[in-house]
Amino acid sequence: MSKSSIAMQDGSLALQPGYADHAADALRDLRQAGDAVFADVEPHHDTAGTIQLGFWIYLMSDCLLFSGLFATYAVLHGHTAGGPTPGQLFDLPYTLTETMFLLFSSFTCGLATLAMNADKKNATLGWLAVTFALGLGFVIMEVHEFAGMVAIGATAERSAFLSCFFTLVGTHGLHVTCGLIFMAVMMAAVARKGLTATNRARLNCMMLFWHFLDIIWVGVFSLVYLSGVVH
Amino acid sequence: MLGKLTLSAIPYSNPIIMFGVGLMVLVALSVLGAITYFHKWKYLWREWLTSVDHKKIGIMYLILAGLMLLRGFADAIMMRTQQALSYGSSMGYLPPGHFDQIFTAHGTIMIFFMAMPFIIGLMNCMLPLQIGARDVAFPLMNNLSFWLTAAGAMLVNVALAIGNFSRTGWLAYPPLSELHYSPGVGVDYYIWALQISGIGTTLTGVNFITTILKMRAPGMKLMRMPVFAWASLIANVLIVAAFPILTVTLGLLAMDRYVGTHFFTNALGGDPMMYVNLIWIWGHPEVYILILPLFGVYSEIVPVFSGKRLFGYTSMVYATVAIGLLSLLVWLHHFFTMGNSPGVNAFFGITTMIIAIPTGVKIFNWMLTMYRGRIRFETPMLWTIAFLITFTIGGMSGVLMSVPPADFVLHNSLFLVAHFHNVIIGGVVFGIFAGLSYWAPKIFGFKLNDTLGRAAFWCWVIGFYVAFMPLYVLGFMGATRRMDHYNVPAWHPLFIIAWVGAMIIFTGIILQIAQVVVSIRQREQNRDLTGDPWNGRTLEWALPSPAPAYNFARIPIVRDRDAFWEMKQRGVALKSSTFVPIHMPRNKAAGFIIGGFAFLFAFGMIWHIWWLAAVCLAGVLGTLIRHAFDDDRDYYLGAEEVRRMEDLHGRVQAGSV
Repeated sequence: MSKSSIAMQDGSLALQPGYADHAADALRDLRQAGDAVFADVEPHHDTAGTIQLGFWIYLMSDCLLFSGLFATYAVLHGHTAGGPTPGQLFDLPYTLTETMFLLFSSFTCGLATLAMNADKKNATLGWLAVTFALGLGFVIMEVHEFAGMVAIGATAERSAFLSCFFTLVGTHGLHVTCGLIFMAVMMAAVARKGLTATNRARLNCMMLFWHFLDIIWVGVFSLVYLSGVVH
Repeated sequence: MLGKLTLSAIPYSNPIIMFGVGLMVLVALSVLGAITYFHKWKYLWREWLTSVDHKKIGIMYLILAGLMLLRGFADAIMMRTQQALSYGSSMGYLPPGHFDQIFTAHGTIMIFFMAMPFIIGLMNCMLPLQIGARDVAFPLMNNLSFWLTAAGAMLVNVALAIGNFSRTGWLAYPPLSELHYSPGVGVDYYIWALQISGIGTTLTGVNFITTILKMRAPGMKLMRMPVFAWASLIANVLIVAAFPILTVTLGLLAMDRYVGTHFFTNALGGDPMMYVNLIWIWGHPEVYILILPLFGVYSEIVPVFSGKRLFGYTSMVYATVAIGLLSLLVWLHHFFTMGNSPGVNAFFGITTMIIAIPTGVKIFNWMLTMYRGRIRFETPMLWTIAFLITFTIGGMSGVLMSVPPADFVLHNSLFLVAHFHNVIIGGVVFGIFAGLSYWAPKIFGFKLNDTLGRAAFWCWVIGFYVAFMPLYVLGFMGATRRMDHYNVPAWHPLFIIAWVGAMIIFTGIILQIAQVVVSIRQREQNRDLTGDPWNGRTLEWALPSPAPAYNFARIPIVRDRDAFWEMKQRGVALKSSTFVPIHMPRNKAAGFIIGGFAFLFAFGMIWHIWWLAAVCLAGVLGTLIRHAFDDDRDYYLGAEEVRRMEDLHGRVQAGSV
């Protein structure tokens, strides 16, 4: 019976960081294990690697949620029912500016990741603040755009096209708003407790979420605004 | 202040509903009274409601599902009775509006609040044990998933007492489900009950995929996993792939009803068929989410009770994966009559037929496992054999309907109703009962009463055939589904036979209730002291029954499929002489609180009590943020404590290793 696989004194806490690094250990363990019954691993729940995988799976489910909205838009965007058409409503330079806010926020979010990995708490908080400001700017511009449309009677009740326009773009906006709340909470947590392992794991999730919303927006911008103006 | 809610929302004038409500309130009050009388509130709160232990959450799922089975079956009996009576000059005892609510509630409850909780309950109870894990990946999220499901189930039941339930059928097709044709709160109850429980199910999917991918014991490669774990993995992938579409679909319907948008209306560019497409893009994977885990259950039972390894493990796994993929490509066969081009119908007809191939592979694998095996006809095996026969018949009637021209004749007829009950009762429900009787010793620590179990089995199987075979015939005779009245003399005897069948099933359910009561009373005689009452093959049977809170005191090394069987062959038991402290998640109230807020939020939305909805939404957010700052999430169970608990089960090895 191999020593590494089974000899373990009571109370000695040779804890593995988690099951993320578990597979390699397990294989090494098996080669050395002989006929041992037990493995020398102590699994944790809610570890950073597990959280990250879980969050990725959640993101994929969210992506499918958007796919449903995109599909609805693709089917119904021509159903303007005599109301305003995409070409009449969309102001491409305005939306491009809005897009730049979000794209740059993704960039600054990346800088926050670099600062976090370099263990610079204040720099992390600083770049998160910039990201937050850019994200907020995006949301404000979107609300302003919506308000302008509603003011000229282009409301969600006017036609199936406008229904799915407001719902698709609005759902993305709602996600960005949730991302902003997530970010604010994380900034408070980092300010209070520093860059702890828990905070790092959650920041990683938050940043994934933020980049994900950026990618979704690229889809929205292309499918809704660009193709809407081109047609 | 209270939105649309007034005292007149309670249906005082309807004696049938008031009787049902009275019964529910009476049961609820007596349960609450008993808890108070025995001073069990603290225990209940600490050990169960806030528990993050997957085994306890699993049991809560099973209890919820069992109760909802009774509710859903009461609806079934009422429908069968109405159709047996309401012929010719007799109008039966149910007015049409009430009858419509009953078939809607029956379908909604049986799929979302009976089958799904049963399946997720079984996964919770068994998956971590089978893969050699201490818990699921996210224990608190697991608790939250349960409470979201429970909140949805509560909403359906509240609909009985306050207001009314949807009258649109279990998938709420527009334009009938639009505000213009369904102005009441019924459809809103339906939407919010499904939205909230659906979020819970999605979280379960995320949780179990992560658990299976990340928490397996060393040596348990994917191709060494028990087939139940494989089937659960694929089912959970389908959950994550399909449930977001349900969320979108119901969200858009809610937008139509609340904001006045035109997704699915008849006016201003809306397209009702868009809804039908979207809901079945979720709905068809959903039926495989239901059946695949039970295929897994049968794959566990057949080898154990045949005394053989599972025949064709690899083909079983690939068949499961293939069914999972194909299930996403067949949704349109639910509405061949929509008016698509023949090419579209042919495509979906063929993909549907193809699914029969991997399913056939499975059937043959089970039969070849039994072939020349030493079969023990215990209750789990009886259910399995009944499944093999019944499900095959149901599958064949399904393939028949996948031929578009045949479907044009059979669409929305009772033939269809017979078909899906044939596969859902014969596949899902029989599988649930097979799984429960098989795993009961592991879940509860004692075997269920065998005599009553067998009696219930025969009632269910015979009752099923008597109740549903006439519906196939009625379908061919032109009877459509969801009728509250008919005038064709030739149909009447068949409806009466179907009613008799339902009563035989009813007897089976009463026997099952008796079985639960008797089993609990005789638990000391039937206690499973070995942890391995069936001579099992997979890891869950290596543990004491019921498994301790931490499952495995030491994580075992897995060297083969049927890991426990292999250990028994080597003469090895899960006994250790050294123990280390075990990292445990702490019970938390956050899941229960969020579930409560979600319930009240939905209630506010349904009755247009906007302030309540807003407050509850803020409550959910606040609870989440508060939890984010809560660092007291886990603790270590000391090595001595683990030794003491293992010693109780005789699992401590004397001497040095």
